[in-house]
Amino acid sequence: MASLREIKGRIDSTSKTKKITKAMEMVSASKMNKAEQNAKSFVPYSEKIQEVVGSIASNTDAAHPMLSKREVKKTGYLVITSDRGLAGAYNSSVLRSLYKTVHERHQSADEYTIIAIGRMGYDFCKKRNMPVAKSILGLADQPNFADIKDLASETVQMFSDEEIDELNIFYNHYVSAISQQVTMKKLLPITDMASKSSGSQYEYEPDQEQILKVLLPQYAESLIYGALLDGKASEHAARMTAMRSATDNANELIDDLTLSYNRARQAAITQEITEIIGGVAALE
Amino acid sequence: MKTLTVSVVTPDGPVMEDSFEMVSCKAENGELGILPGHIPLVAPLAINVVRLINGSDEQKLAINGGFLEVRPDKVTILAQSAEKPSDIDVERARAAKERAERRLQSKQDDVDFLRAELALKRAANRINAAQR
Repeated sequence: MASLREIKGRIDSTSKTKKITKAMEMVSASKMNKAEQNAKSFVPYSEKIQEVVGSIASNTDAAHPMLSKREVKKTGYLVITSDRGLAGAYNSSVLRSLYKTVHERHQSADEYTIIAIGRMGYDFCKKRNMPVAKSILGLADQPNFADIKDLASETVQMFSDEEIDELNIFYNHYVSAISQQVTMKKLLPITDMASKSSGSQYEYEPDQEQILKVLLPQYAESLIYGALLDGKASEHAARMTAMRSATDNANELIDDLTLSYNRARQAAITQEITEIIGGVAALE
Repeated sequence: MKTLTVSVVTPDGPVMEDSFEMVSCKAENGELGILPGHIPLVAPLAINVVRLINGSDEQKLAINGGFLEVRPDKVTILAQSAEKPSDIDVERARAAKERAERRLQSKQDDVDFLRAELALKRAANRINAAQR
């Protein structure tokens, strides 16, 4: 049995760890609230742009490369992860799903390329010799549109330049504070333009094709940004949950250790008494 | 006087929503003035200042990368960024302008050139909105 001092030491160190995880849980909780708000304030923009794009796309026969499928020679995968760990299964589940998909679909590394947002995804792909075309590391906890605008527009540009013929996005969808879901979405070409058009016919200035040319890249960029906001909210939620269970585990451990500490103390006292009694008996 | 509701929305959230008598902006192919009762219209906007007019009162917004959706009683401006003059950091815009000008002078490849040009436009637009 471990000595009293040893057990005491473990109790101390566990309670220090608990303090840290508890603090991190609270920090993540407040960041999650903020991220949720950010995701909410993005909703009006995305709804509006979707509405306009939908009504133009459904009311016209204007062709645009971003709306039409073409033969897929190279696929782009955009993967959103966090920069730091300690977020439970947040990164590993996205990356596992990415790895699986890539290996199912492609034989060689020439057939796909990765665009990584977040250090975990970047390191993961580099380590496995997966080609990373672009990456953005060290993004703020509450990113704004300007932070990723360059990456988003370059990615969309890659599609326009026919460098990639398809763009998929992997991220954690924020369902609730305790549940995040790995999601894979096909971003480009834009296919499911469900015509949620409000029935209004617009005049187009100068014409539909010109507008689509401006609008569709913006739309695709906004989808990437939306996924990022969603991913960030999930990240903080996942970290909060992970830290909460770490705190719970620390509590449990401290309880167990306290119990064995008391037992050991009791045993020591009992032993001492037995020794004294034995000593007295020997004197008589 | 009749008014129309103007809402300005960016990816970072709504910037403003209010009633105005007239919206004056610059589309990619010319100036547009929108009064209440306009036919439904969609037009991309140039990097420029949008003026929202209420009688003698005028509000400005520096718009970048946006477009305009008009309904008879409502105007929605969707933009990648929209800033009120009071929110503009003039010093930063000046620095950005100088940087872009320098880049334009040192002739590089086309992509950088285009980007520098856009950056210059944005910076000039911000300064413009903040000063007048």
